[in-house]
Amino acid sequence: MCDQTFLAITFGPCDNCHLSKPLMNIYLKNEPINYCSLCVEEMACQGLAPNETLATLKSESDNLKTKLEEERAKLHDVELHQVAEKVESLGQFVMKTRRTLKGHGNKVLCMDWCRDKRRIVSSSQDGKVIVWDAFTTNKEHAVTMPCTWVMACAYAPSGCAVACGGLDNKCSVYPLSLDKNENLAAKKKSVAMHTNYLSACSFTNSDMQILTSSGDGTCALWDVESGQLLQSFHGHAADVLCLDLAPSETGNTFVSGGCDKKANVWDMRSGQCIQSFETHDSDINSVRYYPSGDAFASGSDDATCRLFDLRADREVAIYSKDSIIFGVSSVDFSLSGRLLFGGYNDYTINVWDVLKGTRVSILFGHENRVSTLRVSPDGTAFCSGSWDHTLRMWA
Amino acid sequence: MSGSSNILAMKKIVQQLRFEASINRVKVSQAAADLQQFCIQNALQDPLLTGVSSSTNPFRPQKVCSFL
Repeated sequence: MCDQTFLAITFGPCDNCHLSKPLMNIYLKNEPINYCSLCVEEMACQGLAPNETLATLKSESDNLKTKLEEERAKLHDVELHQVAEKVESLGQFVMKTRRTLKGHGNKVLCMDWCRDKRRIVSSSQDGKVIVWDAFTTNKEHAVTMPCTWVMACAYAPSGCAVACGGLDNKCSVYPLSLDKNENLAAKKKSVAMHTNYLSACSFTNSDMQILTSSGDGTCALWDVESGQLLQSFHGHAADVLCLDLAPSETGNTFVSGGCDKKANVWDMRSGQCIQSFETHDSDINSVRYYPSGDAFASGSDDATCRLFDLRADREVAIYSKDSIIFGVSSVDFSLSGRLLFGGYNDYTINVWDVLKGTRVSILFGHENRVSTLRVSPDGTAFCSGSWDHTLRMWA
Repeated sequence: MSGSSNILAMKKIVQQLRFEASINRVKVSQAAADLQQFCIQNALQDPLLTGVSSSTNPFRPQKVCSFL
């Protein structure tokens, strides 16, 4: 089967029939080959069994889809909030802005925590990527990217580098040095190359590999040192907007959400999509694993957050209210997974009780839409970034 | 080309659906109970849930009273 990562058309002799024709430059198992379109068609048809036509395949796919729905419905014996009725209700929460980080000249688009629970990297529309000390609100490093709309940034697990990217279609890694006068831009390393904007990036458990998602509909795993593509993940029918890695140390799965309203769970080693969930009514802007790794939450433009359980293979809770009509841009769990924080486009942050499905608190403070939200690694606070050019620490 | 690429695409979809239909699933009651248990077990270690006193939380400002 062809694995079409890039599709380009040139003119020349075909590798198969040797006639001079317009060629499709395709990649077969990562080897580039130049076949004319006729030979590509013949090769594609060889994969079909006898009597397999478009019609039979379509009816089989419809049958399988209904069967999947039936299987999932069979196990739907109770709702999460019913199981959680006996759990104590949460009391009143008082969370306030404890720090405001000012310094970005334009909309803050993304942020990430360092594992030392203290440092933060944030990126904005004007191309600036800033590393802050969240306790003191000092800026430690600042880099200006050559592109605007830096939509993704991530801190390396060691704390020694940051990765960022956006409209430049690339993910670049900047090693952070202790020398304040050092020009960070000089040490920049381009790691990932996509054919459309970079929407999210994340280091895996080490500094050596980066996972990226892009507007070209694919996710990819890259080796930082060589810049080589290790694995690509195809399956979304539209832009992929977000991704999150499974929390376990040995975990090798990740979840991605896209404009095709689907959230897919992938196996990082084989590149295969293991599970797929399509219950949202609009683009999925953010996905985040539950701390135990058995479930994940998603936030979407349809103004709802939903919880999907991986073992039950279905959606188990919806967090929504009739009064909330603006989309969710980002979600994150508290350390125990009891609280779900959602940053909304109506400038507020809603805090949900994950088990009972009720809203616990609503936080005001930002003066424009909340674009990114992450809980600190030790769970003592969470940080939100907004189009009002600031980041706020809440505790 | 479009004819065979449609068939190719359908074949991939059918293969993916076959794979997804065959995975093992757990009842929602079981999965929900596990989620709940995880929450309760870790509730005490969750600073945002239990609240942390000003002296230990680096983000909460310490209230300093000074008599002038």
